[in-house]
Amino acid sequence: MTTTIEEPASADRWNAGVIPYKRMGYWRPDYEPADTDVLAAFRITPQSGVDPEEAGAAVAGESSTATWTVVWTDRLTDHSHYQGKCYRLEPVAGNPGQWIAYIAYDLDLFEEGSIANMSSSIIGNVFGFKALKALRLEDLRIPVAYVKTFDGPPHGIVAEREMLNKHGRPLIGCTVKPKLGLSARNYGRVVYEGLRGGLDFTKDDENTNSQPFMRWRERFLYCMEAVERAQEQTGEIKGHYMNVTAPTVEDMYERAEFAKQIGSNIIMIDLTIGYTAMTSISKWARRNGMLLHLHRAGHSTYTRQKTHGVSFRVIAKWCRLMGVDHMHAGTVVGKLEGDPNMIAGYYDTLRGNNIDTNLTHGIYFDQHWASMAAVMPVASGGIHAGQTHQLLHHLGEDCILQFGGGTIGHPMGIAAGATANRIALEAIIKARNEGIDILEDGADILRRAAKSSPELLAALDTWGSVTFDYESTDTPDVVPMPS
Amino acid sequence: MISQGTFARLPDLDEDDIKEQIRYAISNSWAISVEYTDDPHPRNVFWDLWGLPMFDLSDPGEAFRQVRACCEQFPHHYVKVNAFDASAGRETTALSFLVQRPLGEEPGFLVERQHGPGRTSLYSLKAYATEQPGGKRYQ
Repeated sequence: MTTTIEEPASADRWNAGVIPYKRMGYWRPDYEPADTDVLAAFRITPQSGVDPEEAGAAVAGESSTATWTVVWTDRLTDHSHYQGKCYRLEPVAGNPGQWIAYIAYDLDLFEEGSIANMSSSIIGNVFGFKALKALRLEDLRIPVAYVKTFDGPPHGIVAEREMLNKHGRPLIGCTVKPKLGLSARNYGRVVYEGLRGGLDFTKDDENTNSQPFMRWRERFLYCMEAVERAQEQTGEIKGHYMNVTAPTVEDMYERAEFAKQIGSNIIMIDLTIGYTAMTSISKWARRNGMLLHLHRAGHSTYTRQKTHGVSFRVIAKWCRLMGVDHMHAGTVVGKLEGDPNMIAGYYDTLRGNNIDTNLTHGIYFDQHWASMAAVMPVASGGIHAGQTHQLLHHLGEDCILQFGGGTIGHPMGIAAGATANRIALEAIIKARNEGIDILEDGADILRRAAKSSPELLAALDTWGSVTFDYESTDTPDVVPMPS
Repeated sequence: MISQGTFARLPDLDEDDIKEQIRYAISNSWAISVEYTDDPHPRNVFWDLWGLPMFDLSDPGEAFRQVRACCEQFPHHYVKVNAFDASAGRETTALSFLVQRPLGEEPGFLVERQHGPGRTSLYSLKAYATEQPGGKRYQ
C-alpha cells in the first residue's frame, strides 16, 4: 500500500500541545526491525474516520513512550530509541475496517525475565484507547536475546518423559468430577480408580482449591494415598496434579511444600494467579524437582473474540517463558473452542524450537526458542476414547489427553473408563506405527481392539457417536487454497 | 502384571507385531536397543543392556534376532525394546515396549507406609520379586 512518510522529527514536533502520533515518530514505515527487537502484530479496528496509519502509530505510542500530548521531558532522553515503531500496516483480507499493525519495540523497554513487565508494556494501557473500536494482540516475536533471560519450563517434555518412564504415546489423564462437593476421601477414590485403571495422571480442576466441603490438606493426603496405591497395583509411575492455587502466594508455597513433603511429583496452578506468582512458583518447581501443570482458567475472556483481546498464542509464549511443564491448549474435537489451524499454531508454539511464520496457523513471526524446554500441551474438555485417532492425528504424540467425563462417566465404572482410554490409545499408536492410516481406519482399529476389551467396547457404545460440531470463533484470516 | 511400556495394556505382542514396531523405529532412523531386568520397580530406569544399541539398521530382522537371543538367555526376566531418537531437541527414548514378561508368576508390589506427623505417610514401593537376590527371581 502507498503511505505518506511523516518525518519523525519535523520542525513543530516539540511544540506544546497535541500533535498526531504519526508526527511524533511512532509511524516508521522505513524502519528495519533489529534482531533484538520485540515485534508485535496487532489487529486494529479504528473508529470510523480515523486514519489507520495514525491508529497504528497511536498503538505503538500508547504501548511505549507516548502520552496524549507533547512533553518536553522526552528531550532529556534518546527518545526515538524508546519509541515503539509501527513499521508496517496491512489490511485484513475479507474484513474491511481491520488492519494488522506491526510494531517494533527495542529490547531496552523490557525488564529481563519479567512477563509482568512485558505484558504491562505491550497490553497495559492501549486496549482502552478511544480512537480504536477494538484491538487485538495477535502475536509477538520474542527475540532470542530476551528468551535467554527466562528460565522456561522447570523440566520440559524430554525430562518429564524420562522421569515418568513413559515414551512413544501421549499421556492420558482425567479431571476428577464432580469438581465441587466431594469429600476428600471420596475424591481420592476417583483418583485411585482412574489411575489403577490405566491413567497416567489425574487432575484437580481449576476451582478445586480449598473450600468448605474439602480443604486442600485433606485432599492432598487422600490423593497421595490414591497415587501410591495405584502405583502398587500397576508398577507404573502415577501422579495427581495438586492444585496449589490459593488466596496468597504464601499460601501457595505452603501447599506446594506440603505436596512435595508427602511425595507428589507434580503440582498445579491456575492462570488466574497472575504472571508474577506463576513465575515464582515455576522457579520453586525447578528448585524442588516438581512438575508444574497450568490450567488456563479465564483465558477465553480475552482470547476468544477475533477483534479484541490477546490471542492465546501470545499467552502460550508467555507461559513457556515463565515456565510451566503442562499447559491446556485445546482439543480440536472436544467441547471447547478450537479451530484446527489455530490449535496447530498453539501446539507448535509450545513444543517447537524454530517456528516459521505461518498465517494459516495464526503465526505472524518466525520464533526461535534457543532450545528452551518444550511445554507439554494438554487437550481437555469433552473428549472420549472414540476420538483417539482424531486426537492423535491433530495433536501428535507429545501431549496429554484428559478424558474427564469420558473416564468417570463410563457405565462399568471409573477404572474401566480409564482402561478403555488407555487401550484405545495404545491400539491407535500401534496401528499408526504399523503404517495404517489411522484417520481413515480409526473406528475399525478401535472396534477390533474392543474385541479383547469389554471396557473399550462399552465406551464406544456409549460415546462413539458424540461430536461437538460448532463453528469456531477464533479462525485464521488466511485459508489454504486447495491446489 | 506390571503396566510399563508403550503397549502395556494390549495383548502381548507376537513376532510380527514386534518386527512391525522395529521397522517403524528404523524408518525414523532411531537406534534399537534391547534391555532386560528382574527388578520391575517403576523407578528402575537402568535395566541391563543386551549389547550396545544398534545404530544405522536397515533390516528389522537383525534387531529381532537380538530380541530373541536376549529372551532365550533370560526367560525369567522382563525384556524390552527401546528406540532412541538422537534428533536435535529430542535426544531421548521415542518408543519403549515390553517384549517378554518373566516365565514365573508376577507377584506384584507392596506399598509400605511409615507413619509421619500430622497423618502424613512416608510411602515406599517394594516389588515382592526383589525379596530374592537378582538372577533368582520369577523362578
